[in-house]
Amino acid sequence: MTDTMTGQPKRSRAQRLVVGIPYAWLLVFFLVPFLIVLKISLSQPAVAQPPYTPLIELSAGWRGVTGFLTGLSFGNYTLIGSDPLYLLSLVKSVEIAAFSTLLLLAIGYPIAYGIARTPRRIQTALMTLVMLPFWTAFLIRIYAWMNILQRDGPLNQLLTALHIVNAPPIWLAADTAVYIGIVYSYLPFMVLPLYATLEKLDESLLEAAANLGCRRWKAFWLVTLPLSAPGVLAGALLCFIPAVGEFVIPDLLGGSQAPMIGQTIWTEFFGNKDWPAAAAVAVALVCLLVTPIIVFQHQAMRAAERD
Amino acid sequence: MRKVSAFNLAAILIGVAFLYLPIAVLVIYSFNASRLVAVWGGWSTRWYAELAGDAPLIDSALISIRVALVAATASTILGTLAAVALVRFGRFRGRLVFASMIYAPLVMPEVITGLSMLLLFVAVSADRGFWTVAIAHTTMAMCFVAVIVAARLVDFDMNLEEAAMDLGAPPLRTFLTVTLPLILPAIAAAWMLAFALSLDDLVIASFTTGPGATTLPIRIYSEVRLGVKPEMNAVCSIMVGGVGLAVIAASLLTKLSAARGAPARSP
Amino acid sequence: MQTVRSKRGFAPWADASARPLLRIEGLSKRFGGVAAVDQLSLDIYQGEFFALLGPSGCGKTTLLRLIAGFERLDGGCILLDGIDLAVVPPYRRPVNMMFQNYALFPHLNVEANVAFGLKQEGLPRAEIAQRVADMLAMVKLDRFGRRKPHELSGGERQRVALARSLVKRPRVLLLDEPLAALDKKLRDATRFELMDLQRRLGLTFVIVTHDQSEAMIVADRIGVMDRGRLMQIAPPAEIYERPNSRWVADFVGDVNVFEGRVGTDSTSIEGTSGRFRVATKIDAEPDATVWLAVRPEKIRIAHDAPPLELENSFAGTIADIGYLGDLTIYKLRIADGSIVTAAIANSGQEATRTLGWDDRVWLSFPPEAAIALTR
Repeated sequence: MTDTMTGQPKRSRAQRLVVGIPYAWLLVFFLVPFLIVLKISLSQPAVAQPPYTPLIELSAGWRGVTGFLTGLSFGNYTLIGSDPLYLLSLVKSVEIAAFSTLLLLAIGYPIAYGIARTPRRIQTALMTLVMLPFWTAFLIRIYAWMNILQRDGPLNQLLTALHIVNAPPIWLAADTAVYIGIVYSYLPFMVLPLYATLEKLDESLLEAAANLGCRRWKAFWLVTLPLSAPGVLAGALLCFIPAVGEFVIPDLLGGSQAPMIGQTIWTEFFGNKDWPAAAAVAVALVCLLVTPIIVFQHQAMRAAERD
Repeated sequence: MRKVSAFNLAAILIGVAFLYLPIAVLVIYSFNASRLVAVWGGWSTRWYAELAGDAPLIDSALISIRVALVAATASTILGTLAAVALVRFGRFRGRLVFASMIYAPLVMPEVITGLSMLLLFVAVSADRGFWTVAIAHTTMAMCFVAVIVAARLVDFDMNLEEAAMDLGAPPLRTFLTVTLPLILPAIAAAWMLAFALSLDDLVIASFTTGPGATTLPIRIYSEVRLGVKPEMNAVCSIMVGGVGLAVIAASLLTKLSAARGAPARSP
Repeated sequence: MQTVRSKRGFAPWADASARPLLRIEGLSKRFGGVAAVDQLSLDIYQGEFFALLGPSGCGKTTLLRLIAGFERLDGGCILLDGIDLAVVPPYRRPVNMMFQNYALFPHLNVEANVAFGLKQEGLPRAEIAQRVADMLAMVKLDRFGRRKPHELSGGERQRVALARSLVKRPRVLLLDEPLAALDKKLRDATRFELMDLQRRLGLTFVIVTHDQSEAMIVADRIGVMDRGRLMQIAPPAEIYERPNSRWVADFVGDVNVFEGRVGTDSTSIEGTSGRFRVATKIDAEPDATVWLAVRPEKIRIAHDAPPLELENSFAGTIADIGYLGDLTIYKLRIADGSIVTAAIANSGQEATRTLGWDDRVWLSFPPEAAIALTR
């Protein structure tokens, strides 16, 4: 399956299958659904199965197609554009995701840097240690925080015992809990790309800097930090983009006053059974994220090729 | 010379503590005889006992495991094919689209992928249940598999494949006897990751599931969204224990195989 | 230093009726806009130990890979035993390659590595086992059969790679800088093992190297390459003593080059340092520009002025002395300001050497020692 005969003009049948099968799968199960979401966002809700109209009736021939096309409208988009709830939700999501990403960078970078500087033998052990919680269910880890942050939970017990607070503060159903949840869950996603970049860093560059009279902190600022920029970018995007659309964390740990966009989509879909509106919000979210996603893809492909 | 500075050590230790503390708390409270968190009622395994009798919960666990097995295996095969295509096939028509489709799901919020796949199933009037969840999980996981296997393939020494061909092995046999055995650890790791992702997933499963296919995370979620339940602590502790054991076993196995060396078989 | 009994009288390239084993005609290979191999033609004969010598980037490894089949050629053809290899994929060519980094399969032990190629031929297990055992004995690795590559030293790994390629008895064995990763002593010893093996098995070897002393020692003929072209193909002595161009003269060993115009009798040149005479008639028109190449070891240094009838003598000042143990290199500045390099063997003790810095001395070389180059 290897292409050592460079520039081979004809691809063997086996090679075409190797590309074709995953390509077809992704086309059908990833790309096409997006087009369907787009179509649904232009539809109206209906009390029917499926709960939207218009449906494309191929049996009605050309008239079915034209009837379908005239049935589409941008009504959902005007709806979500006019109702401040949606805009607020979107803004809040970006806000929380951005701030969480900064927190993740602040916490994750020292950890990754620290591990990259340890002797090689224990680096793998340490990274396994850091990645291990990631293997336990995501839901479980968020639920674990529910335990801790409860009104009578161990955190408040500790704080009260140490007399740091007089009355147990309410952590849950507030933004702080959401931040804690996001930082906790996404930390491996920040540490891993950072570590991957930092451990490739050539120690001799820092030695050269020291040799030229650079002090430790300055060497870090002028050499290490710029060279770790790709890792920083990868980690930041890997955390920010999915965090914007987070559902589980704000749902279990956050309050209901100002939902994040993931919760809004969920509520529209499961709560109000308004599939077209949910689809429209989803399309809006994708439009918002399309630029960072493209940056991420470009970065990832460049990094893969550079190796 | 690598010295571990005090700052580094502190950062690592605090980070690790932060990661494990909540789980530790969870496990401890699963043994709390009292139902209330505020009260420590002594050590007890009553919640574990109650679990054994909870048939729907055990059902969902089995369903989750079956879905995960199917999704992990299917996504590993698809993802490996995709990785080979990405890394070895040079520039082909549609490569950019292909690569974009592989990298996008890695960051796409799950509500979007879940919603879109559900709408696909509805549009084709597919019965939603076990297979739709499995398909959805496979799609999501194959991208992770592709990225992991591709990373390993990029590092792979092409001279080994050239040497095999030079000695008379045609391309397919070269791949099976030289490349595959050497990238197997990466493929195995990718399988485990896909398994964990599937077992773990709530959002996509919620969108794409149907009657009779309630996965464990869905059941846990419906129980806990109203508050903490000690039985759930027990379930979660079991899952954590299981995963911990699996990871330890896996790392021991890798150490053993590296030490003993694979058996002296000729391909 | 070990020696291998030289192949007396082995020179099939001089025999017009001999057919080459490997014939390369007008071979070209481009990478992007650059020609790595440029219209190259070469004949290699059965039983020959051929060396491709050249600086980095000259295309010698590309040429090897084209013969092995890992690159597609853009022009020309490669014929082995008269069969055009262009349509034959690498796994069906009776050619084997020994890679620079050995490319041993890490997941297989030594025996399995060596047996790999034989298994692809579908031979019976007993025969494979026998041939593997014989080959391992030949490379002196008989007790290492069950070891894995990572448990071997660099020299041992190299021998496994050699055994793996040789066991298939290829028509041509290609070796890509096989000794580059070894330390000097091991390199010297392995060099002779290679020559010995090649002679005993009667195989045809094509070796790629950038180390000229290596090429000189092992090869029956050397092909000197530069930027995708073959500059000269000849046995080592001829390359050294009778290079066909200044480039070859300069690449293989040190050389002094004197530029001048051909004299009317076509056996002398007139240059800025005086008139020099050569032993054979120069193949150029009178008054044409030629270059006289003289190797450093052919130059004699004397304190006293030579007799008038001694040809090719001129004055100089010792500018630098480099002591190398077995010989001493002298850099001398001559009348026109250029530097001449002379190498004198240290046949006596240090105390008896009389040449020192800034000494004014007389240099000379015999006419037979110089060669006139027209390009």
